Amino acid sequence: MPARLPAPTRRPASARLPAILRTPLGVTGAALLALVLVTAVLAPLLWGDAAEAVDTAAMLQGPSADHWAGTDNLGRDLLFRTLVATRLSVALALAATALAVTVGLLLGTASLLLGPRAGRLVTAGVNIAVAFPGLLLALSFAVIFGVGQVGSVLAIGLSGAPAFARLCQTLVAGVATRDYLAAARLAGVGRLRILLRHVLPDVGGPLVVNVTIGAGGALLSFAGLSFLGLGVQAPAYDWGRLMQDGLDRIYLDPLAALLPGFAVVVAGLAFNLTGEAVARTFSIDSISGVSLLAGGALRTRRRPDAGGLPGQDATPSADVPLDAGPDLVLDVADLVVTVPTPAGRVRPVRGVTFQVARGEAVGVVGESGSGKTLTALAVARLLEPPTTVTARRLSFQGRDLLTGDHRTLLGTELAMVFQDPASSFNPVRRMGGQLAEGARHHLGLSRRQARDRAVDRLRSVRIGDPDRRAGQYPHEFSGGMRQRAMIGLGLMGSPALIVADEPTTALDVTVQRQVLDLLAEVRERDAVALLLISHDVSVVADVCDRVLVMYAGRVVEDLPAAGLATSARHPYTRALVAAVPHLETDLDRPLAVIPGRPVDPADLAAGCPFAPRCPLADARCRAEDPELVDGVACWRPGEDLPSAVPEEATA
Amino acid sequence: MSELRFDDVTVRYGTGRRATTAVDGVSLVVPPGEIVGLVGESGSGKSTLARAAVGLVPVHGGRVLLDGEPVAGRRRAAGPSPVQLVFQDPASSLDPRMTVGESVAEAVPRERGTSRRSAAVRAEVERLLTLVHLDPDRAGARPGQLSGGQRQRVAIARALAARPRVVVADEITSALDVSIQGAVLNLVRELQRDLGLSILFISHDLAVVRYVAGQVAVLHRGRVVEQGETAQVLGDPRHDYTRSLLAAVPRPPAGSLTTSTIDSTRTTRRTT
Repeated sequence: MPARLPAPTRRPASARLPAILRTPLGVTGAALLALVLVTAVLAPLLWGDAAEAVDTAAMLQGPSADHWAGTDNLGRDLLFRTLVATRLSVALALAATALAVTVGLLLGTASLLLGPRAGRLVTAGVNIAVAFPGLLLALSFAVIFGVGQVGSVLAIGLSGAPAFARLCQTLVAGVATRDYLAAARLAGVGRLRILLRHVLPDVGGPLVVNVTIGAGGALLSFAGLSFLGLGVQAPAYDWGRLMQDGLDRIYLDPLAALLPGFAVVVAGLAFNLTGEAVARTFSIDSISGVSLLAGGALRTRRRPDAGGLPGQDATPSADVPLDAGPDLVLDVADLVVTVPTPAGRVRPVRGVTFQVARGEAVGVVGESGSGKTLTALAVARLLEPPTTVTARRLSFQGRDLLTGDHRTLLGTELAMVFQDPASSFNPVRRMGGQLAEGARHHLGLSRRQARDRAVDRLRSVRIGDPDRRAGQYPHEFSGGMRQRAMIGLGLMGSPALIVADEPTTALDVTVQRQVLDLLAEVRERDAVALLLISHDVSVVADVCDRVLVMYAGRVVEDLPAAGLATSARHPYTRALVAAVPHLETDLDRPLAVIPGRPVDPADLAAGCPFAPRCPLADARCRAEDPELVDGVACWRPGEDLPSAVPEEATA
Repeated sequence: MSELRFDDVTVRYGTGRRATTAVDGVSLVVPPGEIVGLVGESGSGKSTLARAAVGLVPVHGGRVLLDGEPVAGRRRAAGPSPVQLVFQDPASSLDPRMTVGESVAEAVPRERGTSRRSAAVRAEVERLLTLVHLDPDRAGARPGQLSGGQRQRVAIARALAARPRVVVADEITSALDVSIQGAVLNLVRELQRDLGLSILFISHDLAVVRYVAGQVAVLHRGRVVEQGETAQVLGDPRHDYTRSLLAAVPRPPAGSLTTSTIDSTRTTRRTT
């Protein structure tokens, strides 16, 4: 069993409610809504009789001490009537909303329940219905169903249904392509159950929000219908009805019409503000729990479960004198990246020290969450507040990167290649222009010169017919070509270092080969140093001279790439190498397995972070975090691992 | 033990002039109790073939046969599909809102009228989780609380819950960290050995396919360009495309086994 489990990432509904109440908007909305609902329940009980009491002696009076809001044509108290009308107004609005949501849900999920063909018909019908203005629909329905409460509930409910149906369709379509629906279908789960168990919970959040706001809208529509005389009929009364009665004498006694109007506004606000507040909590919290460990380095929005930061007080490693000769391109000492999270500051990179010599290729390997990408981004000065980068030393080409402005660094002396070439380029601009842009600004080239250089660089990264290619858009390039163009972009200046973050992970093996060969070629030709970040040990071993193995935000081993398989001393490095099958792996033995799970930077225990997964771990490993000494951060480097690797249940 | 046979299968997307043929006349046999590897690059039609095998995409030509009977068409029948698919990314193939026990239980075949919460179903879920080396006590966990490797085990357990005759595994390790991919590969081999499962194992990684599959087919632009015994295809490739695939595989960490030649090339390269 892993010693540390992250807290459930999906908070229960009970924990979500206080979140709503934490914002001023939410507090206002919830308070108003509570007021409206309490009034709706209590007012008829408390003042029902008073509101019905006819007083012929006091007809059509203005505000007085007896009747604060005046009386109507039968001498009934308007304040009491307004309060009592809350129940009917709110109940009718909710009934209409319920109808709209039910019909909307049925229509919106029809494609899922009836299959694609019938679903398409329903969708077309909804599309047409959505095109009609809601009020127009409500009025025509009101005419069809006749005046009265039932008629107007039907009218307003049905006129609101297309909008909900449309919303449901969109939300359901978003969920319908998920793999877990396909899996459920293959498992023989019926359509209705798929809808109830898999789809509705997922679309429920946004739906609740829209229902709340829709209720506010229904309330207004009802007031409108009643005001027009199409809604509630005497002797029953709601706010719209009261407004209509009061309108006749609005110049004599404005309060008679304004008071119910005010009530409509308050109730409408109550629904809408609550809806807004609910919407915000959902948008913060939407579909969490999916991407917990699914890769991606910048998981800055992750909510760590542990408040404290074990290891925060770890002292920086001893200042090792470094020969800062002229051949050092990159010199990093005690690099720390701190990411603020709601539960405290997390340090995904905790004191990384390494150097890259001119023309040297250094690989960085590690699992997701090991801090390798953040290290690369920190070196390229691409991390922005609130993420902070500190270091004892961070110098590039002998210049201190920690102080001053280094905006022109990237694109001239430093090149960066990202994992996904598709998102590295602006899709609506021609490739040549995108390559030339930086050179014009940073190198002061003319438009003509920059364009020529762009074509030349595209040729240098072996893109055929570069003149024509420069005029094309990114989507006309294949994935491998885009990645090569990205390298070409880095070569527009004369970089001393290329930082490549998983440059081949999104590419096929044959294309990966081309890109790796190109990087090697560029390195050789121009003596460019390379910092290659990858999760793939074999890629790094293939391309690099030296390898830094990262674990839990630290370099745990720094060794020559050639020695990865034979002379690695850290148990993690050795396990990492043994766990990956290659074309000579012994087929008769099970693959080596690293038990446990990759470490969560937000949740580090004391001692060596690898200790919970390490077969060699002893008491000291669990108590003290080893420093990187002589190329390895381990208390028991190079010791024999237990030979039998048990099949581990927790991997 | 069952045999899955693709008989001249063609799958097209779109209609008219804009139609693209993703799978083009593929004939392939997964013999009873064997693992057949299917390799190819993105866009070669691997995943389309996987989805066609379980009926998630319609087949335009040819047939997918399970022990001689068409698989498609059976899908309308109640109950789980006899061919189960394990998806690439367990983060998206498991409903994040359901506990892993519930997810697995959904696929357990039941007598009419018995509940998904019945003791029999629960016992079966426990058995399946144990089978994939997960602690049955974790049945109450949600996918977000598990590591990638554990989630993929749950996905495998769900596929097995349906008592499939054939399992199609579509890139099941490519979304996993390298440290846990090995455990999943070990599990696949173990399941084939112990349960006699027939498995179509799809991957872009030749080394991975070599490790688990006795036979391999190479898919290129929707067509099978080479197939045969894994050792023979990878050891003595006949098709140019297979050769280029093999040449592209990064060399293993030097000196790991018998890689002395690679070692020497590396040394020369490093002198620059």
